[in-house]
Amino acid sequence: MWRCAMSKLAFRPLWQALRRRLMLPLQLHQAGVLGMNARNRLYISRYNPRTLYPLVDNKLKTKRLAEQAGIAVPELIGTIQSQHEVETLGQQLSGIPAFVIKPAKGSGGKGIVVVQSCEGDYWVRANGSPIMLSELKRHASNILAGLHSLGGSPDVAIIERCIQFDDSLQRFSYEGVPDVRVIVCRGYPVMAMTRLATRASDGKANLHQGAVGVGLGLANGQALHGVQNGLPMMQHPDTQEKLSELFIPQWQDLLVLAARCYDMTGLGYLGADIVIDRQHGPLLLELNARPGLAIQLANGAGLLPRLKVIDALAAADLQRPAEERVALCQQWFGAGHPGAACGMEDHFESGTDRL
Amino acid sequence: MNGSRWPYIALILLLLSAGIAQILHRHWVYDVPLLPGKSQVVWSVEARVELSTDGDPVRAVLARPSNQPGFMLLRESGASPGYGLNFIDGGNPVAEWTKRTASGRQTLFYRADVLESDAYELMPEPAPAVTESSWPEPYASAVGQLLALAHRTSADNFSLARELLKAFAAEPRAQHVELLISEFDQSLPQLLVDMLNKAGVPARLVYGLRLQDGRRQQQLLPYIRVWQDNRSQVFDIPLQARNPALFDRNAPLLLWEQRGEPVLEVSGGYDSQVRFAMIRREESTFASVANRLSDQHELLNFSIHSLPVEEQAMFKTILLLPIGALVVCLLRILVGIRTSGTFMPVLIAVAFIQTSLVTGLVGFLLVVATGLVIRSYLSRLNLLLVARISAVIITVIAIIGLFSVASYKLGLTEGLKITFFPMIILSWTIERMSILWEEEGGREVMRQGGGSLLTAVVAYWAMSDPLIRHLTFNYIGVQLVILALVLMLGTYTGYRLLELRRFVALRHE
Repeated sequence: MWRCAMSKLAFRPLWQALRRRLMLPLQLHQAGVLGMNARNRLYISRYNPRTLYPLVDNKLKTKRLAEQAGIAVPELIGTIQSQHEVETLGQQLSGIPAFVIKPAKGSGGKGIVVVQSCEGDYWVRANGSPIMLSELKRHASNILAGLHSLGGSPDVAIIERCIQFDDSLQRFSYEGVPDVRVIVCRGYPVMAMTRLATRASDGKANLHQGAVGVGLGLANGQALHGVQNGLPMMQHPDTQEKLSELFIPQWQDLLVLAARCYDMTGLGYLGADIVIDRQHGPLLLELNARPGLAIQLANGAGLLPRLKVIDALAAADLQRPAEERVALCQQWFGAGHPGAACGMEDHFESGTDRL
Repeated sequence: MNGSRWPYIALILLLLSAGIAQILHRHWVYDVPLLPGKSQVVWSVEARVELSTDGDPVRAVLARPSNQPGFMLLRESGASPGYGLNFIDGGNPVAEWTKRTASGRQTLFYRADVLESDAYELMPEPAPAVTESSWPEPYASAVGQLLALAHRTSADNFSLARELLKAFAAEPRAQHVELLISEFDQSLPQLLVDMLNKAGVPARLVYGLRLQDGRRQQQLLPYIRVWQDNRSQVFDIPLQARNPALFDRNAPLLLWEQRGEPVLEVSGGYDSQVRFAMIRREESTFASVANRLSDQHELLNFSIHSLPVEEQAMFKTILLLPIGALVVCLLRILVGIRTSGTFMPVLIAVAFIQTSLVTGLVGFLLVVATGLVIRSYLSRLNLLLVARISAVIITVIAIIGLFSVASYKLGLTEGLKITFFPMIILSWTIERMSILWEEEGGREVMRQGGGSLLTAVVAYWAMSDPLIRHLTFNYIGVQLVILALVLMLGTYTGYRLLELRRFVALRHE
């Protein structure tokens, strides 16, 4: 009897420490968290036919497909398909002050060079460093050799017009591109976040490298909740801007654009990466057939309850136009979400308390 | 969804019941024990005779082992299509294959199952006549001095032989020994017999095998049998070229031939050779007897044991791979450990089985770390992928060679086992880790590398567990059960253990 009590005493602090750091599977389920196994089996392999993957794994193919479908993308200046075309780079770029060179099959933002202005015989990169034509040629040649593509397979370089960020977003990002990731399930946008590059993430917008993820309310594109490295975050660590003031302009158009990516590709579970251009509005950057799970942390909410709603839809619901699908999602998930319901300011207040 | 699940559930139930039924059948009907250790050890030793022929009548005679200290002959069999095969007993038990015409390369099999048992003595054999040999100077005086020393420090024939062999094995070598070894390098065993004869001790060369589980392509090694009146003993010969990492001096010795007769005699063929494969098995006493009595239900007794020993030895490892795959499934699907290369850890674990864990871990870390340093230089050369990996493979082989030589020079024979690592796999590991390092940083390399090693160690533990080894080798049904488990894991959509920590921020207060 007393031994039982002793062991209880000894294990209580350990147990409590574990309870703080771990969730029980039941708690995770109650929070509606989508796990990796469920994502792979119930969503990716059920809704994404393998034959459609090449459409999104190659950015050039995605771009051409989007242009055919009338979905706005950053304007294509040109491509470099083979080593002898590298010499034509100078002609292709003449008179263009701001552009981006990137590999068609790159992942995680690798091999992307952003050039923002032209100063006579050299250009200036987004981070302020100068770059010569010869360096750009070498970069293009490296892309063709597969230096930045997965597994080192030969690749194609894409040159596209540089995006002019909307002023309202400029102050929330350190160097990199603040893009919006929307999870679209069977054509219905279910969750969204924006990823802000930080000094710690080296200007890259990948959450696991230290970028800040900010969940966005589906109803209005307003910030809900911010995280960096899995911890709640009130302001941008470099620019010190309050994340609660962040909102995405032209939100409705952006969601419709994301929803139409389903009609364009046929992929039933995808992540659409979208940027807002000052002149052209929302532009599709790339699509991902295996979108990550961190968006749940950024939103402070699980995907599962929303996906369950979409799972239950009848075939006729999938035929609705994109605008209708977006409106339905905003109605279902815009207000029903606990973060959206209590209002952003409140949410951030309670977040401060927790810190 | 629900309707389509029935075939899946039926398949799993079928696999489970077939697997369990096979296990129970083998357990009850053939009396194969479910737990290791409650049984006697049976060694299956297979001789594989190869010879070339040109259409002449062929006759091949292979010596057969007989009861001896440590072993009892349980059963023997031979296989060779088209040949007449006779087991001739008597003073010299032999197997004789004959065929009127044969052309091309011929392969003949003979297999003996021997039970570890202490019931028998060496085959009685009168002491052979002592033959007189002579050597030119200065060898004659070297022989004379060594014999005189051995004679002084011994009491009978056995101790004299022991003393003489000790003189040859001693380090550093005496001058006489050095002289004889440099002259009679290849024929050292015969020299020892001649020396013993010179001292008036009846002695003969006999041939035997050290039995080590799973060995293939082995050759018979000479041993010396020494007589004292009617009794005789067998002595090991030192100084033979043997790989110290592979040779186990304490393994049981099976004398293939006890009298000094030739092991293989061939007429009508040329280029003949004989190689041995051996495997260890545990059988209950009853099963050994039952199998000996009848092999009628060969079809029902479906097991790896009906294969030639050489293939059995291979299957012993192959049948463990599903265990490794199951461990990988468990760790990735239920725990969420990330590894570099899905089944690379299993292959590393197989290498660990051969090297032993600590040696394997140290060797693996050394090779991969050195490889990463060299690979970081290669990446500056900006090579094309195939050339780069080829370069990595070559450097990995160079590293392994270097470490083997260095450790051998330092007297660490354990280091030689590094050659068991699968080099292509190691090269791909280095390549992948190095790309990971460039793209995601050292932390991700540590995470995935650590995950791979952890998985490899867990797989190693599972695969080297005596119970698991016993079950996988003796019961084919275990494979079906594992398949069913893997199929079940494949439909698991619950949370991974590490996700319980990852999403802790989503807890509702």
